Amino acid sequence: MNYYEPKDLVDFPNIAEWAADQGNKFFEYYGAATGAGKLTEREKSLIALTVAVTQNCPYCIDAYTTKCMSLGISSEEMMEAAHVGAAMMAGVTLAHTTQMRKIIKKKEM
Amino acid sequence: MDVREQLNILGRMGENPSFAGKIREINRFPLMARGIDILQINLGRRCNLSCRHCHVNAGPARTEIMERPILEKCLQVLETFPIATIDITGGSPEMNPHLEWFITEAAWLNRRLIVRSNLTLLCEELYRHFVDVFVQNKVEIVTSLPDYLESKSDRQRGQGSFGKVIAALRELNARGYGRKDSGLTINIVHNPVGAYLPGSQAALEHEYRERLHAEHGLSFSHLFCITNLPVGRYLDYLMESGNYEDYLRTLWHSFNPDAVDHVMCRTTLSVGWDGSLYDCDFNQMLGLTVNYGAPDNIMNFDMNRLKHREIVINNHCYGCVAGSGSSCQGATTGA
Repeated sequence: MNYYEPKDLVDFPNIAEWAADQGNKFFEYYGAATGAGKLTEREKSLIALTVAVTQNCPYCIDAYTTKCMSLGISSEEMMEAAHVGAAMMAGVTLAHTTQMRKIIKKKEM
Repeated sequence: MDVREQLNILGRMGENPSFAGKIREINRFPLMARGIDILQINLGRRCNLSCRHCHVNAGPARTEIMERPILEKCLQVLETFPIATIDITGGSPEMNPHLEWFITEAAWLNRRLIVRSNLTLLCEELYRHFVDVFVQNKVEIVTSLPDYLESKSDRQRGQGSFGKVIAALRELNARGYGRKDSGLTINIVHNPVGAYLPGSQAALEHEYRERLHAEHGLSFSHLFCITNLPVGRYLDYLMESGNYEDYLRTLWHSFNPDAVDHVMCRTTLSVGWDGSLYDCDFNQMLGLTVNYGAPDNIMNFDMNRLKHREIVINNHCYGCVAGSGSSCQGATTGA
């Protein structure tokens, strides 16, 4: 047994187990948030894929890579979206050096 | 892979229930026909292409071709009974030497007349005249274009095929196909280039329309999303790429009970090149003729015994009820 198994992805609908009320509310919200609205299903799927790779969630990466393929999104478009995520992660990291630099400047003689 | 080997593989469902067991759970077993609205005639397995997803295993080396006596019998059946749609498929229907004659005769019947053409042959001198034949007889064309990206489409259908389809579409557009109020319909089939299910038909149609117009100046009538069924060359691909089990699991987990009521076999009768009768073109390629007392050759056509026949099912049938459902007319449940 591994901590992450591809076939566990199909367990996702069962995550409401033992807390059905909260779980069902989550699914209702999840459906509303990820379905087509002012943004298209394609756009939302690319956002979801980008979040998935930045957050290292193997289940979400599997699900949203497949969903993007199903919606006709090309490998190049997915890779571009991943780079947005990568750039954001790098930017977020470097932006937080502001705190680091401020502390250094305050405490160093 | 021969038919027996394909059926052996399809019989191995592991922890997943068989299709028969699954529809029994929702009280849809046995699956019964409710009439014959579509006569789908497979003119043969000869084709100029050898697409990697082809359930027919069609190609240039195939020799099976429907002969004229079978076609004459099809016309007689169509003249006798008010079957609404005549759906001609293959292989490449254009490579059957009787196609032009058959279209001309069938057009007199004033039914919906469909030809499933890969379009690439229309660029060749020998077959170019079919553009006129299609226009004059108001044939509805259904053509395969698995992706709007050339590289992906060509990976599935062969190098250069995308460019030929685009060229043929351009000529068909010029002749009125896909133009509003022309009365000439051309529908495009999208099927996934790999081991996954098609997405929303509406979303993909929007994307195809935008891209084909912006990049090639082309228009078309509708997009049909068709799920690849694990039959023929597509089953070979699934096995060779190690995707078979995952794909079957995906089909099983995407089972849509509503789609069971809309499967095309309930209103379709499929005719093979030798006159054999099947519930669908996939059963045809698996050698699963109609059964349960219904006549299995068009030469013995009996409407009363065929219109309410029990459908022959197997585990590949999961493909037609996964997600939004799939048929030769695209999604079946309106997604």
